Amino acid sequence: MTPIISVSNLSKKYDGGFEALKNLSLDIEAGEIIALLGPNGAGKTTLISAICGLVSITDGSVKVGGYDIVNDYRDSRRLVGLVPQEVALEPFETVINTVSFSRGLFGYPSNPALIEQILRKLSLWEKRNNAIKELSGGMKRRVLIAKALSHEPKILFLDEPTAGVDVELRKDMWHVVEELKRDGVTIVLTTHYIEEAEAIADRVAVISAGTILLIEETASLMKQMGEKQMKIYLQQKLDIVPDALDKFQVSLSSDGLCLLYQYDINADRTGITSLLTALSSAGIVLKDVETSQSSLEDIFVSLVKAQTS
Amino acid sequence: MNLYAIRAIYKFEMSRTFRTIVQSIIAPVISTALYFVVFGTAIGSRIQSIENVEYGTFIVPGLIMLTVLLQSTSNASFGIYFPKFIGTIYEPLSAPVSYLEIVIGYVGAAATKSLMIGLIILATATFFVEVRIAHPIWMMCFLILTCISFSLLGFIIGIWARNFEQLNLVPSLIITPLVFLGGSFYSISMLPPFWQTVTMFNPVVYLVSGFRWAFFDNADVAIHYSLIAIGLFSLICVLIIGWIFKTGYKLRS
Repeated sequence: MTPIISVSNLSKKYDGGFEALKNLSLDIEAGEIIALLGPNGAGKTTLISAICGLVSITDGSVKVGGYDIVNDYRDSRRLVGLVPQEVALEPFETVINTVSFSRGLFGYPSNPALIEQILRKLSLWEKRNNAIKELSGGMKRRVLIAKALSHEPKILFLDEPTAGVDVELRKDMWHVVEELKRDGVTIVLTTHYIEEAEAIADRVAVISAGTILLIEETASLMKQMGEKQMKIYLQQKLDIVPDALDKFQVSLSSDGLCLLYQYDINADRTGITSLLTALSSAGIVLKDVETSQSSLEDIFVSLVKAQTS
Repeated sequence: MNLYAIRAIYKFEMSRTFRTIVQSIIAPVISTALYFVVFGTAIGSRIQSIENVEYGTFIVPGLIMLTVLLQSTSNASFGIYFPKFIGTIYEPLSAPVSYLEIVIGYVGAAATKSLMIGLIILATATFFVEVRIAHPIWMMCFLILTCISFSLLGFIIGIWARNFEQLNLVPSLIITPLVFLGGSFYSISMLPPFWQTVTMFNPVVYLVSGFRWAFFDNADVAIHYSLIAIGLFSLICVLIIGWIFKTGYKLRS
């Protein structure tokens, strides 16, 4: 399948000499949700801005839906909706006029029924005749999304859509994103909330210092790099790790009530069975067992650390 | 041509105009009325007629030009500076619109607003003095061309400006003096020969002169020079704007 967005050897050097993107290549498949994850200043926003035409390209090329973003900018941009990081809206204009304006700008005749549908989906319909400045911060973000959706884009860029947004609204936003995915919209989001990428993205691309360190399906990334930890809670306190458990790399918590065991989920043998058997033959009574997987955050931190060291 | 985009920009900008219609109109109308009181009645009563035209009537074209030039530059510069300032400029820049379409939308809306104000001032003038227009069609042509060309200039200023102070700099430091020294309130022929020659380098002279010709059928400079001057001025503005969008000057990083 040909990718819907194809970035090849993209470089961007700002006038000041700062190299925001270094020979970056990335293919994005139609219909997927891909999260661009990276620390501040990694180049996430520059990448999105370059694809959308807000930042001129120093070197390389980008194709959107098969159209070159420089030579066929009309065709490529029509496919794309952008929700910028900063809330940028005309404060005195009404919600409905602002959203209708966006549709016209992208070259489509007005379609009140569609605009109503979008505003309802984003719970903005009741506020349609309010001036933007009367809305709350979260509402303004929804207006940005409504604007981006007003021309029925095939690809939606969400640049830090939930930065500074409360938990409830963030969940709402994820819900909207999932619904869009069901409608076949390809979604590219940047975030530094790792839980966000983990929760909604099909694939994760980790960007740091203008290059992609890693791109992987979220689940397989978790699996691949996922080290698991098992916590074994004990009925009775132990002072030291019993000799019988020497061959396992087990550590004891400081309160002596919990044994910690690290294992690799992908290894041929995880060692869990023999560890539990050894525990039972040593006469240690278990209270509870808990396993946890290292989060994307752990993976991310270790990747960025590895790069900078 | 993305006509829907042009219409969207034009409509959006005009909606700003109509939101602030009262202050947009009241200010120029009051200042024009003041000019009529001061120049027309107080001072004008002591000035003989110029080229067989009553002084009060003589200054009507110049007064309209003064307001139209200031309004065009400030409307157009604000119209493009404001989206830059609040960040909404990202949208037209990432939309499938060419720079020509952006310019037509923004400059068209700014020019429409100043045309409206120009006509309102003309109407106001009729309350103070007797106004006759020898060539009404030419009068409208001159007015429209001036609105467009100075809105183009305003657009450039709006892109160039880094803050609100710079936005006001050009209208107050360049346009106002040029209009005052451009024969708005006097005939060039009243100046000593040396200053007559200097004045010829002021582009506003050609605008005011052409516009006055449309009213009274006599002019300081021949009408075709006026038309060439406006044409040339617009062309230079269009070329600069073309360069701005080609290089992304202060628009795209």
